[in-house]
Amino acid sequence: MNYIETSTGKWEIVIGLEVHAQVISNSKLFSSASTKFGVSPNENASLIDAAFPGTLPVINSFCIDQALKTGLGLNGKVNLVSFFDRKNYFYADLPQGYQITQFYHPIVSGGYVQIEDAAGETKRINLDHIHMEQDAGKSIHDQSPTKSFIDLNRSGVALMEIVTKPDMKSAEEAATFLRKLRSILRYLKTCDGNMDEGSMRADVNVSVHRPETEYGTRVEIKNINSIKFLMTAVDFEVERQIKIIESDRKVEQETRLFDSSTGKTKTMRSKEDAQDYRYFPEPDLPPLILTQSRIDAIRNTIPELPDAKAIRLQRDYNLPSYDAHLIASEKEVADFYERALDSIKKDENAAKLLSNWIIGELFALLNKHNKTIEESSVSPEHMGELILLIKTNVISGKIAKDVLDLMWKTQESPDNIVEANGWKQITSFDAIKDSVKEVLANYPDKVVEYQNGKEKLFGFFVGEVMKKTNGKANPQILNEVLKKNLPIS
Amino acid sequence: MYNLSLYDVREGLSNKKFSSVELTECFLDRIEQFNDLNAFITVCADRALGSAKKSDQRIAEGKAMELEGIPLAIKDLFLTKGIKTTAGSKMLYNFIPPYESTVTKKLLDAGAVFLGKTNMDEFAMGSANITSYYGNVVNPWSKDKKLVPGGSSGGSASAVAGHLCVAATGSDTGGSIRQPASFCGIVGLKPTYGRCSRYGMVAFASSLDQAGPLTKTVRDAAILLKIISGYDENDSTSSRESVPDFESFVGKSVKGIRVGIPKEYHMAGMSEEIIEFWKKGAELLKEAGAEIVDISLPYSKYALPTYYIIAPAEASSNLSRYDGIKYGFRANGVSLNEVYENTRAEGFGDEVKRRILVGTYVLSAGYYDAYYMRALKIQKLIRQDFSHAFEKVDLLLTPTTPNSAFAFGEEPKDPVTMYLNDVFTVTANIAGLPGISVPIGLDKQERPLGLQLIAPHFKEDLLIQVGSALEKSANFPTLMEIAQ
Repeated sequence: MNYIETSTGKWEIVIGLEVHAQVISNSKLFSSASTKFGVSPNENASLIDAAFPGTLPVINSFCIDQALKTGLGLNGKVNLVSFFDRKNYFYADLPQGYQITQFYHPIVSGGYVQIEDAAGETKRINLDHIHMEQDAGKSIHDQSPTKSFIDLNRSGVALMEIVTKPDMKSAEEAATFLRKLRSILRYLKTCDGNMDEGSMRADVNVSVHRPETEYGTRVEIKNINSIKFLMTAVDFEVERQIKIIESDRKVEQETRLFDSSTGKTKTMRSKEDAQDYRYFPEPDLPPLILTQSRIDAIRNTIPELPDAKAIRLQRDYNLPSYDAHLIASEKEVADFYERALDSIKKDENAAKLLSNWIIGELFALLNKHNKTIEESSVSPEHMGELILLIKTNVISGKIAKDVLDLMWKTQESPDNIVEANGWKQITSFDAIKDSVKEVLANYPDKVVEYQNGKEKLFGFFVGEVMKKTNGKANPQILNEVLKKNLPIS
Repeated sequence: MYNLSLYDVREGLSNKKFSSVELTECFLDRIEQFNDLNAFITVCADRALGSAKKSDQRIAEGKAMELEGIPLAIKDLFLTKGIKTTAGSKMLYNFIPPYESTVTKKLLDAGAVFLGKTNMDEFAMGSANITSYYGNVVNPWSKDKKLVPGGSSGGSASAVAGHLCVAATGSDTGGSIRQPASFCGIVGLKPTYGRCSRYGMVAFASSLDQAGPLTKTVRDAAILLKIISGYDENDSTSSRESVPDFESFVGKSVKGIRVGIPKEYHMAGMSEEIIEFWKKGAELLKEAGAEIVDISLPYSKYALPTYYIIAPAEASSNLSRYDGIKYGFRANGVSLNEVYENTRAEGFGDEVKRRILVGTYVLSAGYYDAYYMRALKIQKLIRQDFSHAFEKVDLLLTPTTPNSAFAFGEEPKDPVTMYLNDVFTVTANIAGLPGISVPIGLDKQERPLGLQLIAPHFKEDLLIQVGSALEKSANFPTLMEIAQ
């Protein structure tokens, strides 16, 4: 079990998430307006999105398919009949005065996401349900001291709210879950998971209790928009709640806001101030009825998901679990990996080497240049070639790093780069022997020292030979030759 | 020519007895002349004459469409592109719609000429047309005392009865077409829920609202109904049911048709005269060959309370969009909440506020199950009532209203008593059924009374068939005939 311990004893943490995932779709949930990000204010606001009198919502069936696909991808049960409801509240960026959501009968029930917990054990985070709803617009308060501005571009954009059971026991677990969920949604292409642009945000429910006792009072933290903030907010909240209980007070059921600048949460509204949303069935929309054949058709479009892919990578290429999961966590990385491997005829022995080079050197380059793997200057095919050059001893690993740098800069093939720079490894015994002999001849006193037991000097000789050969001598052959020519007396 | 039916006007136009411009001018003159009726909120004379001219051209070229050049009045709840649309409220006193409602678009596409927008109870909430921000509408049947026209489509009913237009559109959420039709001695038809698109109609109660015609004859209602009916991709609750040629059912024999008389529609306090006319209607249909069957709709008595839970609940939510932020009336305030409070306090009238409060209450946590959920359950039972009845009979005959039009100042002061005006009409809305009110006669005070027919879903053809038979036998005098 996951406990944390303070001077008063052990505590258990309970976390549940409500993840708002913006559906990838060209148009909105109930209108044909565009969902394009970054256009000028209100450019994407149709009469429906601005709640003009007489306008009516019309369900965008692509958004429904996306939710359906998400439900299937997250192992949920798609309901053949679901309903839309109205959630009533007033706000300036909520033009209708209500949000159309699914409160009573959501489109997907149940489901789960598999994660690895801190002990490395597989754990299921169960989902309560997934429902569809429309997003609100945005209020902008910082443009004028006396006025607020409204941008309705986001008004009516389709969201999926993915609600978990209270199954997470630590901030790390919650973060792992959110990462995994994001990965699956990106695989499904139903949400881009872009937390910076707000296309994925989470509300977090946190409570603490003593082991073997009932769950504590939960507090909801609104609008977390990064995985780092999620962890900070949970940690802060856990500490805050424990302190309250330790000082014999009671945790209030309330909604709190996370302030990313201070890393703290603060009261937004207490239970007493909780709004009464007066949910009732949306009379402008008939029940959402799905046929089994539609569900089956969508099921057939679901790609291999990260868990299955990781298992396959381990099985087919003998990759260690760590590598396989890291490669599989992003579909684009996995695609890059498999394309690179394909280009060298799925050489099984190269699989681990390729994985090392992608996870190590390529990721470092991508980070340095702030690029995604899809924007990589190095193509998967070239990456494969590079691995082949290393594996067949044409170049050493050390030279390979320089080759990769040049590949990034010039987009040339590694073959051409190695050729043009004369970086081919020297693998000829005789050629290496000549260099070795020269070096030994240059340092007779060091040879004597070595022979007298100063074995550390072996490295010095290696270095000198490398210098002489511009680093191109094959290290194994060099070792062998050097040993033969440096007999210890 | 102003007292002709739509059918006759269409004949006259195609036979070139008169032009659409002449006709339109004639109605515009009458609208001015009978300004006291206050039937219109907006008159669009120039636009009407412009479209009349174009219609005359098309008639001359032999390209006339179904409603070519026919001057109509439009309830001010249908959004008309470029023509102010207020829904009878201060809240929309300056609202000029950027798009056309489906119903009015269909009428325009058929060549109709719009004379203007008719007065109505604010947001269609009322049964006497005394809640409009733009003043009361007067019933043209008024003599010594000014009578109410009924509501909420009071302006449309008054305009049709007073011959200020050939026909008009209305909307009916609990009786808002049929009740004023009955009070004004004209025909009013509420179609099956889903028959006409609600796109572009200012919403009152979304699950009950339906557009429909107010006309001088049953045949006219059939002609208009055909044009405004049909599936609309912009309204997900509109039906794909095929639209028959309703007009072909006018005058069809009613022999063998089983007409049900629901005993629950005998209500305490109902006038003897109404009961007499109801009996007379049944007699007339019997004479025409129909079979009269006594039936029971046991849950009818719960229809009115059910209606006054469901309709305000939906209205309280539908009217949330009128907040002063995007369009329409805005009152100032230093905070967002103050803008809301001031806008809605000044922008809505008392009846609208009352219903928003009731609706908000019945949807509130802790009351939802007791009121709203229970109302939905009773709604199911009422629907079952009707389906059982329609196993035994083809359609139902009832009074449209428990009383005839009352005079201003004599309306019930207690809103709940006022709501009783809708007691016979709300059932059709609750069950989504089509209903028609046909004038049957004048009471002792020479005020019109109507009878209502209610048919199964999408059986408006039956309403036309039996309604026209009733109309024929009742031989109801139009106002003009009386005047002459």
